[in-house]
Parts: sequence; structure tokens; C-alpha cells
Amino acid sequence: MTKMDMIDGFPEYMRESIEKVERTRKGRMKKRHKPMSPKEKEKILDKYHPDYKRERKRAMLFGPNKGDLMPDELVDLLEAHPLVKPGNIDLSHIDYDVDVLIIGGGGAATVAALWANNTGIKTEDILMATKLRHGDANSMMAEGGIQCADRKDDTPMRHYLDTMGGGHFTNDPEVLKTLVTDAQEILKWHEELGVMYDKDENGEFIEISGGGTSKNRLHFARDYTGMEIMRNIRDVMRNREIPVLEFTPAVELITDDLGQLAGAVLYNMETEQYYVARAKSTVLATGGWGRLHIQNYPTTNHYGATADGLVLSYHVGAKLRDLDAVQYHPTGAAYPEQIIGLLITEKFRGMGAQIVNKDGEQFVYPLEARDVEASALIRECYERNNGVVTPTDMRGVWLDSPMIEILHGEGAVKKNFDAMYRMYERFGINMAKDPVLVFPTLHYQNGGVTIDVNAQTSVPSLFAGGEVEGGPHGKNRLMGNSLLDYNVFGRRAGISAAKHVKKAKIGKLTLNHVEKYEKMISDARVKTDRKAPMLLPEYRGKEALSRSLDIF
Amino acid sequence: MAEKEMVKIYIMNKEHEVPVGLTIMEAMEYAGYKFIRGAGCRAGFCGACATVYRKKGDYKLYTALACQTAVEDGMYLSQIPFVPANKATYDINKMDLKENIILKYYPEVARCVSCNTCTKACPQDIEVMDFVQASLKGEIEEAAQLSFDCIQCGLCALRCPAEIPQYHVGQLARRLYGKYIEKPSKNLEERLEEIKKGKFDKEMNKLTKVGVDKLKKAYVERDIEDLAGE
Repeated sequence: MTKMDMIDGFPEYMRESIEKVERTRKGRMKKRHKPMSPKEKEKILDKYHPDYKRERKRAMLFGPNKGDLMPDELVDLLEAHPLVKPGNIDLSHIDYDVDVLIIGGGGAATVAALWANNTGIKTEDILMATKLRHGDANSMMAEGGIQCADRKDDTPMRHYLDTMGGGHFTNDPEVLKTLVTDAQEILKWHEELGVMYDKDENGEFIEISGGGTSKNRLHFARDYTGMEIMRNIRDVMRNREIPVLEFTPAVELITDDLGQLAGAVLYNMETEQYYVARAKSTVLATGGWGRLHIQNYPTTNHYGATADGLVLSYHVGAKLRDLDAVQYHPTGAAYPEQIIGLLITEKFRGMGAQIVNKDGEQFVYPLEARDVEASALIRECYERNNGVVTPTDMRGVWLDSPMIEILHGEGAVKKNFDAMYRMYERFGINMAKDPVLVFPTLHYQNGGVTIDVNAQTSVPSLFAGGEVEGGPHGKNRLMGNSLLDYNVFGRRAGISAAKHVKKAKIGKLTLNHVEKYEKMISDARVKTDRKAPMLLPEYRGKEALSRSLDIF
Repeated sequence: MAEKEMVKIYIMNKEHEVPVGLTIMEAMEYAGYKFIRGAGCRAGFCGACATVYRKKGDYKLYTALACQTAVEDGMYLSQIPFVPANKATYDINKMDLKENIILKYYPEVARCVSCNTCTKACPQDIEVMDFVQASLKGEIEEAAQLSFDCIQCGLCALRCPAEIPQYHVGQLARRLYGKYIEKPSKNLEERLEEIKKGKFDKEMNKLTKVGVDKLKKAYVERDIEDLAGE
């Protein structure tokens, strides 16, 4: 690549497009693009949303979800040979014997640990085993906010309806009801823990809208909402000295001869040692699948988001749901190269910023639900050719961030979007002055392990909370419902796990399910050298370079 | 794509050629390293990838996040995946704000010599020394607000000649502020009461049983509140 003349972070040809955005800004301010009708939404999703590309999915050949379509990248892992060979593990040697084993180290895992403890399980009888560090999770990265219907002109019913509509009416009604009616208790808990939400002088939350919400219902802590909650609850856990094993993921679940879950095989990635952890209750809180780079998309997700929990739970026969639906966040960074795919929060649009094409024209209502919004961006860039092409061949459209300064006063971008402002500043771009280039990025696992209202999976003694489970969001999650999800179902998983301990009896430990799984693989005539779970993605050598998208 | 311009970097003093345009983290991966420690969110939020580096011909030690910094020619890189700083343990429910709580749990704050090395080390450009000084004076709100953007990478504590764990101090300040100084929401309290009394039970249960067609209709017909601030 030849060296380009850069003007305040952008090459000259991108500057020309920015000038057009500036020229149309004043006229646009008065008029926001109209929302789509239900028919238009259906049409655009069908034609442009990556999920509707049938050829990039295939049906599971065996197990409880036999016949269900899922992305190739996930089926590859579900069809892979289990990493652990039963003969290599001595189950008679128990390294950790606990009441509640929590697999994962993000928000759901932490909330589950705290509530298991609150429900009477002693700290020393809890064990958290996690792949990276405690807190290295998507929970830490959420920027926008958390939904909770607490204002007088809002209701849990409205929150339910918004979420159902966003999920195309595929959400589990009872699980969703739990989400919207536990929300208030969660926010109260956060207040008591000292989470620093943005509030007015009377202590009332400042609340804004997200894509697909009909009321201003998003509570936030600047644009570090996820980080502020996560570091607070992690602090509580450290104060209580609940044991945590870092860099030690679960690589296989353990069952017993009574047909229930009874712990996990853990693997210390640094020393390459295996441990047997026996547990009366196990909580799966391993997060999502962003690092599978489905259809080669860049992702907003943390390094460890490799769908391990789906693999582990499927090995023991857990039922999964809605995994045909991948959430692409409409506004990932498309430029500069170093931050491609990273999240640019929806809160920009919630506060009035518009999305415009290379000529500075609006082409979509800025707050459609995420799947619809993302589809409109893909159409604008790839069918209508109205995107800006970056020096690394990414395409994108403009998020007109300077509008925030006009709508909310000078300094409003830095004040409300400190994290984003700082990120761009590091690469020489002032987003208060110039718009930023965005394109959809792989963001969230809409579905997951099926749970009931108490976070119980279809496998006895196995509970799940957070992104790894499915149901509350159906096939498309709304902004502000993931932080809520991990709190609501992390808490319920912790409480259910604790209650289960009191009546639990563990039988003889076994890995028979692994042998059965191998038989299902060979009966289905799957031929593969792959092993799963993946644990970490491969980025060495050329994999470190930015990838090109598989679009059309 | 055209041939990429390459730069030379030194990972723990070992020379590697990598393409320009990568972050330090990606450059190390390009050079063949697979991270176990030292990579977390890869987006500037988790503090896992604290890095200390020097540039060829320059005596100065720089600090950065490997995932948020573009690689430059002549960088000597060293990763700091863990900082063994002291964290106090406390129960946030049992605090008496009449005393200087922060000083009680982190007496080392009083050792601050105002050298500002912490502030210079901070990859988030936080006024670290200022919030340490605010903590010393018992100004909880100031310490909480100033430290808010802290990602707890620990680089401040590593560089501090007084061995203050600034990033843990800020955590305590923020929790004290959120719990004791920010007022609780009355709206939330009232809504919680309504939910406990079952005010919405009947309507909620009805909603979970209603057919998809009716739900769709209600969804399309619902009013949309104006955006906040407009």
C-alpha cells in the first residue's frame, strides 16, 4: 500500500465524502428518515441480512437439535470430536469438590456466584473456573445500557412487547416475562452495590431509547455501562474471596450414573494440566460465539467468545434454540484498520445521530431493530454502491456523530461517549468534529442453551445464564437486554443452583456421554479432524490481517 | 491487496518484521505468538494487554494498550499481563462516611509524592494523581468521577514510586459514591413495590398467553416516545 496523505485521520478521498455529509447536515437535522413498514422489514431481512443466506447454514445431523439449521461455523464445532478422551482422565481423583461450579468468568458467572453465596452456599463451596481472567468477557465491553421499565409512563408489558417484536415473536413468553419483571430488582441491587449510573440531581435515572424500544428505558453509566457493572460485581466477589481459577476453562462436562450433571474436566492452559471438578450444581456462563467469525465478519466480541458452552452442553444432550439467528450490530467500526469490527454504541443513534451514505443522504430510520438496521447498511453498501470504500477494501457508511454536538451542546460527544471518543482519538480522528465510518459487525448469539424461568437447562443439575442461553431474545436481541439478561438469569441460575445443592446426591462420575457422542458422530458419517471446544481463535501469521467479508 | 509496507519491531528484544496498520497485539500474532495471557476484550475495555515499550534511540519508557495502539517502527515491546498490587477487602454495606474510608483501607495513599508518574503512565489519560489526591482529602465524588474511565490495567501502580494501587483506590471511591452519595431512584422504588404487590400480574400473564397475531397488531400500533433530548 502506498502512503496516503492523511488529513485529521482520513485520506483525502474520504474527506471529500465527509464534506458532503457536512453539507447535508443542517437540512437533515429537521427530518429523520421514516421507519419501515412490517412488509418492508420482511423484505429487506430476507434479501440482505446475512442470516437469510441459506447456503451458509446447515442442519445438525444428530442430537436434540437434529434437523435444526445453524451457521456452518457452529455446526463444524458441534460435529467435532470432543477434545477430552475419556480414557485419559482419572475420574477417581477429584481435584476440586464443591457445591456449585461456575463455568465462565463474565457477568452471568459473577452474578451466579454472588447469588449462590447469598442463597446460603459458603464461599469455599463455590468455584469459578474461567478461560481468561475474571472479567474478560463481553459483559465488560457493553457500552449502551440496560433496560428496565421503571418510569411512570412505562410498564413491564411495554418492555415485553418491544422485546417480542424485536425478536420477531419467537421469544419464550415465560422467560421473557421473567426478564422484564426481574429487571427492577436487579437495578435496585445495583444501586445497593454502588454502581454509578447516570442520574439526575434527584437520583432518577437518565433514560434514553435504543433500536426497537418504544420508550426511553435504557439506563447507562456514561458509555462504559458494561465495565461499570462488571468491575463492581467483580469487586464484591473479590471482597468475599470466592475462589476463582483463571486460565482454566472447562473442556468437558462430567455426568454421573444417575443421569445428571456432576461437574467438569478443567484444563489449565498455562501448565497444560487437567483437573477433575465435582459439583452438585453446575452453572454454565461461558458467553457467546463472536470469535467464530461467522461468514467472515469481524466481531465486537472478546478474545474468548468461541461458543465453548454450546459445545459442552450439547455433548451432554442439552437442547439448544434459536442458533440460526446471529446478531450483527449495525454499527461496527469500518475504519481505521486497527479497530475494524469494534462496537460503536447504538446510544449515538439513541441520542439523535443519523446514518448517512457517501453522499450525505439518509437511507434508513436510525433506530430500527438491529437486524433490520444492519440489513439496510449492507444494502446501501453492496447493492446501491453508496458506501465509502476504505484503503483496506472495507465498505461503510457514516454515523454522523457531530450531530450529537449540535443536539446536545458542545462537548456532548466527549461527555457521553468518552470510550468511543478516546478510541478514535488514539488513531487521530476527532469524532466530535468528523463522522465515523461504520458497517455491521458480528455482535451477539441471540439463541443458546434452552432454559426455563429458573435458568434450569434440559439436563438435570445444569443451569445456564447470560449469552450462552437462549429464549429471552428469540431470534433478535434488543439493545440493553443483554446486560439485563446476564443479571436476571445469572442471578436465577445462582439461586437455583444453591437450592438444588440442598437436595442433591451425586452418583458415580462418568464420561460415558463422550463415548455416546463419538458414536453419534460416526453414525451420522461425519468425517472430521476437528476437535472442540475451540477455547481460543487462531490469529497467528496471516490470520492477524483483516479479512474480507463474504458478501454476495 | 497491494504489498504492505513493513516495520521492524522487537518483541522481548527479538526482532520481527510486521506490516504497518496492525495493532501491537495483532503484530505479535502476525509474528507467531498465540496469546493466553495478555489479550482480553481486544477493544480497550478490559486492561489485559498493558504494554511497556521504548522506541529505538529514545530513552523514554512508554505505556500503552496493545489492542489500541498501532505498531511503529523500532518499538521494543514488553507485555505486562498481571500486576501484583494490594487490593483491600471490605464490605461496602458497613462503611461510616464520617471517617476517611479510602485512607482507612488504603493508608498508602498518604505516601503520594505528587510526582504525576501515574498520570503519565495511564493509557486512558485519566488524571490519576488528581484522584489519588482527592482520595487523600476524602473527596469521594471527585475521586469517583475522575477515576471513572479506569480499565484497571495496573500500569499506574507499577510505575508508582510510593507503591499506591491507584486502580483499586478508584474502585472503592466509585462504589462509595454510587452507594452513599448518588440518591436512590424513587421511580424504581415505587415500581418495585408495584411489582411485589402483583399490580402487573394479571395483564402480564394475559400478554404471555395472547396469540402472535394479536401481539403483532399491538406491536405495530404502539406509540413511540420521542427521543430523549429532542
